Amino acid sequence: MSEKKIHISPIKNGTAIDHLPVGTSLKILEAINVNDATCTAAMNVESKKMGRKDILFIEGKELNETEMDKIRILGKNGTMNIIKDSKISKKESIDYPNEAKGILTCANEKCITNKEGLITKFSLKKNPLSAKCFYCEKSMDKKEIMNSIKKG
Amino acid sequence: MSLKANEKNSIESGTFSLTDVVSIADISRKEIEIVLNKAKNLEEMDKKEKSKILENRVVASLFFEPSTRTRLSFETAIQNLGGRVIGFADPGVSSFKKGETLSDTIKMIERYADIIVMRHFIEGAARRAAEISQVPIINGGDGANQHPTQTLLDLYTIKKEFGKIDGITIGLLGDLKYGRTVHSLAYALAKFNDAKIYCISPEQLKMPKEIIEDIKGKVKVIETDDLNKVLPELDVLYATRIQKERFADEKDYNKVKNAFILDAGILKKTKKQFRIMHPLPRVNEIKTELDLTPAALYFEQAANGVPVREALLAMLLGKKKVI
Ligand SMILES: [Zn+2]
Repeated sequence: MSEKKIHISPIKNGTAIDHLPVGTSLKILEAINVNDATCTAAMNVESKKMGRKDILFIEGKELNETEMDKIRILGKNGTMNIIKDSKISKKESIDYPNEAKGILTCANEKCITNKEGLITKFSLKKNPLSAKCFYCEKSMDKKEIMNSIKKG
Repeated sequence: MSLKANEKNSIESGTFSLTDVVSIADISRKEIEIVLNKAKNLEEMDKKEKSKILENRVVASLFFEPSTRTRLSFETAIQNLGGRVIGFADPGVSSFKKGETLSDTIKMIERYADIIVMRHFIEGAARRAAEISQVPIINGGDGANQHPTQTLLDLYTIKKEFGKIDGITIGLLGDLKYGRTVHSLAYALAKFNDAKIYCISPEQLKMPKEIIEDIKGKVKVIETDDLNKVLPELDVLYATRIQKERFADEKDYNKVKNAFILDAGILKKTKKQFRIMHPLPRVNEIKTELDLTPAALYFEQAANGVPVREALLAMLLGKKKVI
């Protein structure tokens, strides 16, 4: 318990992501470019709502849209809080984006994005989650999408 | 005369909103109808008048993957409209194989040509070209992905033969799992009203579930492996080739390879206006004894590629894009 208290300290400027499914905090850290931001992950924390959850704090870095979209794909049903001067400046219930640009690698190895290293573009459908490549028009299912998120 | 032809051309192309023809998914029913009408007009047009449509124009025909049939059809269309052709039939004999990106090739060729027709083995190549090219792109096939002019000529063939596409009952036969042609045709028919599609294939080569999911509700789709049972209902039977390479086990191939061979005997069970279509080339799936019967529509179907491609060339001409 004492350890938990040390790690989960409020942040002044950055992003706090709560209610993440267990295991996603590390995936998010892998997917975004943290540079020299201080990142604190609380994993497998007890939660009234979810049973168990992850919480992630990213201090001293403003996430760009690409990074936020990666979080939107990985952390569905979580809450993303943008914090400025110790106050929540924006709160977002995390849901899949409608489009994903430069975030996913196309699973079709014959796709031009893989052959020529293009920035990928996908349109997403929810329930069930699928992503269709703008170029080769092949669709990826949820499992393929989760495996194809580019590293930060 | 030429002014008249050009004027007519510009009026009719006014409503065709696309600047490229990349995928059948981009083309609405209305736009399909515009293409088919234009193709019909061009078929009826005086040859001399027609040959002025692409007068002093250059069309690039870039075949990064050889396809003699598609290339000859396109190049005939270009010549009929009076245009000149530049390009290559096989990248093996050009320098394009040596690592130049598609983007670079397109950025060069767009300066020489008014329209680019391309076929490529890489999936999404035409979409990429359309994204960066300032002149219209016509996709002549991109790997296993799209071949929209084939689908348009298939629709044109049905329209020409039956007067309409709405309400058609069609059997798709053979390799429905990997067959790009039948996938696109199924999607295209879903844009029309009351089409009924029988998917007739061996178990191993069934129509992919995603496609059935996408189109059901828009068309009636019935899956079966019994051709004889559905034959009496069909207006059109669209046959495709079953390729040996598609089977992991040769035994499986041998089991099904002769199951869907069409011979003159089938005509005893069919409607009077029953027609057989096939994207060609065929191997043995349609016996030559059918060729001289009224049911054989496949050679005419192939020939219909020319007016359909002429229509697209005529309507895309001058549609420079601002990028
Ligand atoms: Zn792709």
